[in-house]
Amino acid sequence: MVEISARLHQGAFTLDIACALESQWTVIFGPSGAGKSTLLRILAGLIAPQAGRISMEREPLLDTIAGISTPAGRRGIGFVTQQAALFPHLTAAENVAFGLHGESSESRRRRVTEMLRFFGAESLAARKPAQLSGGERQRVALARALAPNPKLLLLDEPLAALDDASAQDILARLLQLPTRIVYVSHDVTEIWPLPADVIVLENGRVTATGPLQQVLAPQRDRLLKLLRS
Amino acid sequence: MDLQALGLTLRLAAVTTILLLGIGVPLAFWIVSTRSRLRPLIEALSTLPILLPPTVLGFYLLVLLGPRTPFGRAAIHLFGHPLSFSFAGLVVGSVIYSLPFAVQPLIAGFHAVDPALVEQARLLGASRLRILSEILLPLSMRSLVAAATLCFTHTVGEFGVVLMIGGDIPGATRTLSIAIYDQVQDFSYPAANRTALLLLGFALAALLLLYTRRSREALGHG
Repeated sequence: MVEISARLHQGAFTLDIACALESQWTVIFGPSGAGKSTLLRILAGLIAPQAGRISMEREPLLDTIAGISTPAGRRGIGFVTQQAALFPHLTAAENVAFGLHGESSESRRRRVTEMLRFFGAESLAARKPAQLSGGERQRVALARALAPNPKLLLLDEPLAALDDASAQDILARLLQLPTRIVYVSHDVTEIWPLPADVIVLENGRVTATGPLQQVLAPQRDRLLKLLRS
Repeated sequence: MDLQALGLTLRLAAVTTILLLGIGVPLAFWIVSTRSRLRPLIEALSTLPILLPPTVLGFYLLVLLGPRTPFGRAAIHLFGHPLSFSFAGLVVGSVIYSLPFAVQPLIAGFHAVDPALVEQARLLGASRLRILSEILLPLSMRSLVAAATLCFTHTVGEFGVVLMIGGDIPGATRTLSIAIYDQVQDFSYPAANRTALLLLGFALAALLLLYTRRSREALGHG
């Protein structure tokens, strides 16, 4: 289980939340500006809240009172955003191997092939990011994030810019993973079939939590109206 | 043509450029990545030589390198002679004088790298050294080449600092720009003209190379 409490003031915006990620898939849902991406960046260790505590399987990653803050690279967390952020000077295989520093070259090669194959991107190994389509870049970015075997994978609208076929194919592959996943989206149709818990964020605060369909069904009309505004 | 001065100038420019890249790369990386309160001070100090008259810098370096300061005495202990009026002294002066020409292009190059790439490298467990050597430097090669070209060319054309620290000793501290000064003092205008033309051609060729490369890269042919 991942437990989070965090308070962050950034200009006029305040994020003040306390929640727990209990199931394998958790969807963070809410309108733009609700604080979804900020929450993921706090979890990943890319931003430090003014106050807060984060623990994963009871291991503290952040405790502002105790002065604990595990660096981003040691949290065992993978992070993929809408922008794949592949290293442009490296091939797809070299991108995936980047997080496997310290492992033997044979073990790295095996893991790179395994991850690219999992996302249907094995044939792209020798290509540079500029030679890949948007969907192919996201497959490589997911393979790169998962190669070091993270305990938690954070996905910030990773499929938002893709066509339906690519998005559905990638989502189906993600659903086969044993990894705990936090998925940010404001696309109701995309998240509706997911076997997930949901955390609804509005104006930097948690307004509802629980099984996704159970939480969202009664307030679907209100949320759709909120998203459209 | 004073070939001895030409050889010494090229040697000084090469040594200075190599040292400046060695100092400039970690310094520029520190400046773009630190949250230290010292950052504005260090950035200002590293840019200061652009604004300072060369004679001011040369004067303070002459005092610093002399036998009356702890640094000067340490240098005498290390090299067996004072650094002032020696090739090693010229190198120290040139490195300080051309420091902004190494640091500023590198800072601009590192800033131009997408921060999302650096974040991904951090998330994937890369150390600061790996982020610098495997992400920032390969993606800032254009800035590295610009820094090296500017340092080399600027050192070749140095006059004020060289004259203050090194004087005019043939084979030891007389560079091409000092040779021109000597030739003019001797009314050897044709010789001064040849040397000046060489320096002018060299500076123009270096800048043309730099801008041609930049222009080709901008057009996607690089």
